[in-house]
Amino acid sequence: MPHLSRWMVRLSLFYLALGATFGALMLVNKAVILDARLWWLLNAHVELMFFGWMTQFAMGIAFWILPRFATKTPRGNEGLIWLAFGLFNFGIGLSGFSSWMPFEYVATGGKGLLLFAWLIFLWGVWRRIYPFGASRKN
Amino acid sequence: MPSVTRWFVKTSFLHLVLALVLGILQSLPYGRMAAWFPSYLHLLVFGWLTQLIFGIAIWMLPKFSNQRPRGYEWLNWFTYGSLNLGLGLRFAFEPFPMTAWGSWRAMALIGSAFLQWLACLIFVAQAWVRVRGR
Repeated sequence: MPHLSRWMVRLSLFYLALGATFGALMLVNKAVILDARLWWLLNAHVELMFFGWMTQFAMGIAFWILPRFATKTPRGNEGLIWLAFGLFNFGIGLSGFSSWMPFEYVATGGKGLLLFAWLIFLWGVWRRIYPFGASRKN
Repeated sequence: MPSVTRWFVKTSFLHLVLALVLGILQSLPYGRMAAWFPSYLHLLVFGWLTQLIFGIAIWMLPKFSNQRPRGYEWLNWFTYGSLNLGLGLRFAFEPFPMTAWGSWRAMALIGSAFLQWLACLIFVAQAWVRVRGR
């Protein structure tokens, strides 16, 4: 598994553990009201699970598994995907924890970063989605 | 495809069916199904999507070890049971008001939270080791 995929998948597993912990705390809070402030975890729970865990896991596996080019850079421009990885996780942090911050538009900025990062990732992997037998030049 | 993966994948398909049925019921104009929304959501994202990912990942990730290529089998089965029992408890008790079922509801939801959390943690622990280069 390439280095970048290992980072993406391991970070997605971390988000799964953290997001599941937040979710479990909120579900317990539904059973026996521990603290109303636990509902602040809802936004982070959603963002961590949808984007941090599921989407990022898929990104990491896709970067690993997608057909490769028959060139010196079989997985294309890795620097681009590293950039997407960094921006994506920064976006998760901003959008997930925006309700804890006293600034406006943090969530908007976070979601914007997620979109931007995803577009960069697509740009980097799009050409690797080719049919069997097609040319494998980058 | 290993047996535990088949169980994960087929069960995830059933969760999707159940979620879609619940979605239809929720969309009916005369239905009072708002309380079922969290169950619907978790059937979709946890019962269908996450469970499917768990099953395929257990099959496809690099080997845990030569002796145990997919990790500890009993832990994989435990993850399956814990995830589905936790979701089942959630589905059965969460939609009802806090005062319904007395303390049974509280215990069921606490149990559900713990089981779902445990399933995730066990999966993470086994998968973490399998995320490596050659």
